[in-house]
Amino acid sequence: MQVKNILKVAFRSIMKSRMRSLLTALGIIIGVAAVVVMVAIGDGAQKQVEDQISSLGSNLIVITPGASLSGGVNRGMGSFNRFTFDDVEKIKEEATLITGVTPIVRSGGQIIGGVGNWFTQIQGVSEDYLEIRSWKLKSGEFFTERDVLARAKVCVLGSEVAKNLFPDDDPIGQQVRIRNVPFKIIGVLAEKGQTSVGTSNDDIILAPSRTVHERLSGGRFIGSIQVSAVSASQIPKAKEELRRIMREAHKLTQGEEDDFTIQDQADLATAATETSKILTILLGSVAGVSLIVGGIGIMNIMLVSVTERTREIGIRLSIGARASDILIQFLTEAVVLSLAGGILGVALSFGVVYLLNNYTSQAANIKPEIIFLAFGFAGAIGIFFGFYPARKASRLNPIDALRYE
Amino acid sequence: MARNIIRTSGLSKTYSIGEVEVHALRKVDISIDEGEFVAIMGASGSGKSTLMNLLGCLDKPTSGEYYIDGQDTSKFTPNEYAAIRNHKIGFVFQGFNLLSRTTALENVELPLLYDRTHRFKNPVEKAKKALERVGLGDRMHHVPSQLSGGQQQRVAIARALVNEPSLILADEPTGNLDSRTSVEVFSVFQELNDEGITIVLVTHERDFALFAKRIIELRDGKVTRDFPIKNRLIAKEELKKLKEDSVVQVEEN
Repeated sequence: MQVKNILKVAFRSIMKSRMRSLLTALGIIIGVAAVVVMVAIGDGAQKQVEDQISSLGSNLIVITPGASLSGGVNRGMGSFNRFTFDDVEKIKEEATLITGVTPIVRSGGQIIGGVGNWFTQIQGVSEDYLEIRSWKLKSGEFFTERDVLARAKVCVLGSEVAKNLFPDDDPIGQQVRIRNVPFKIIGVLAEKGQTSVGTSNDDIILAPSRTVHERLSGGRFIGSIQVSAVSASQIPKAKEELRRIMREAHKLTQGEEDDFTIQDQADLATAATETSKILTILLGSVAGVSLIVGGIGIMNIMLVSVTERTREIGIRLSIGARASDILIQFLTEAVVLSLAGGILGVALSFGVVYLLNNYTSQAANIKPEIIFLAFGFAGAIGIFFGFYPARKASRLNPIDALRYE
Repeated sequence: MARNIIRTSGLSKTYSIGEVEVHALRKVDISIDEGEFVAIMGASGSGKSTLMNLLGCLDKPTSGEYYIDGQDTSKFTPNEYAAIRNHKIGFVFQGFNLLSRTTALENVELPLLYDRTHRFKNPVEKAKKALERVGLGDRMHHVPSQLSGGQQQRVAIARALVNEPSLILADEPTGNLDSRTSVEVFSVFQELNDEGITIVLVTHERDFALFAKRIIELRDGKVTRDFPIKNRLIAKEELKKLKEDSVVQVEEN
């Protein structure tokens, strides 16, 4: 039989029992939609993480204390040799492939000022910080190298903090007391939004690193050092250079492991996306199970259909259909059903993803290849689960089939 | 001399049901030429259905030979059997065996869909002509449930005709019809036969067998009688008589 006729016959018999065909395809529709939506959610989450990491700053390199996980015995994060201002100064003087360097000195506490008080974290950073993190000021100005060296008691508020402490008036020029140390507000940061873990980037106060170091964190070591490379292409070279400088600064002899870890955004992104990739695979496979269940539904209905249409098969055989014609006919029906289910499932998933993106905070992103994959999978399921019923149909004896009541 | 369409020699069919062997057909020799109209008669169990299945290439004989249109069928593969059914034979069944919820036209088209030779350029046109030939040109797009029994059987005849077979095999074609409709169906068969189509039908009603040209009687799987019909009935005339009768009846009322 010609392909055109095979399809015509398949469509005719599917359309003859529309309700049943729709219900049969429903298993595939839901399965395909589930796979596409789940993978889209996983992918969306991954993209969100990637976006957030790139929002950290375009050419950001982060140096953290502790051995790299990749080589030798891991002594744990920050086990020995925390960073000092000398490390930062040495990088500043010697590194050629960077545009800025800042220590990150973390502290936190209750701050009092404006209309009340607020608990937030305070980061001690250098004057290069804004450039390194590609952050901008909403108003006021940032502190200078002189402020840092002078341990000036000035600070810049994150927009969230500013909103909460000074809802009505301009905070610039006013004072906040951080753990009872008064700081003058000289600027307010532009809004940056959420971090990858869902907390606000804007709930922060920035102050000169040495001020925070001495007045607030009680002379503890520097948590990490952040550096921006001159360009993305120079990141690998900059990392090499930083490694050499840090090894020198820490007086590491040859053969000794690094006691610090240098990571760029790609490294950070890999770690973060690895997690969401596993999530995607997990979600996708759970949804895949429902696709298989949908396939079993098709097999079930096709078996019923073969029994019901035994007489029809007998008629077709008696007027000259070959066994292979019957096989192909039923197989085509199963595949057409599952592919139609696939099309509707993809359409449904577009609808769900649209709703997710527009009415929830969950980002979802449909990749074209997942559509083809789900589609191909639906077709394969049609062939796999349609084959047994189709073969059963094709093996009927015409005389028995014609007599079947 | 007319072309030979059917020739069997020593055709036998034995079914084994468990230990018991049932000889449905024992060494049947028949020969049917082109243009004949043969009625096969016999009581139930006489083997006439088995003979029809063998003649229709729906089943294989246990022994013996069967030539259809000069071709020996004994060495045929299943696909060749399918091709023979498609090209050489048109079936008409007692229960019509039309596809339900499928229009008359699509039903008639069906054999052409399975035609691998592509003999016919325009299958739809061909199917329409076949329907017109049995007088159903105005019922093409009706589905079987919208047609009367007689009309359904005529659709089935059109389906049997559509691929220009050498032979039409009809198995009790009027078994489900009232006598008047039966006569109508036979009038269609006679018309087709007049046009040269060979027809072999199975019936157990002697009245209807008389519309044929020749009767073959079976009993216990053997041919007991094989004779031409002398006073053949013409279906058209019988129909006319039936009409006159009903007119008379109306007048009497």
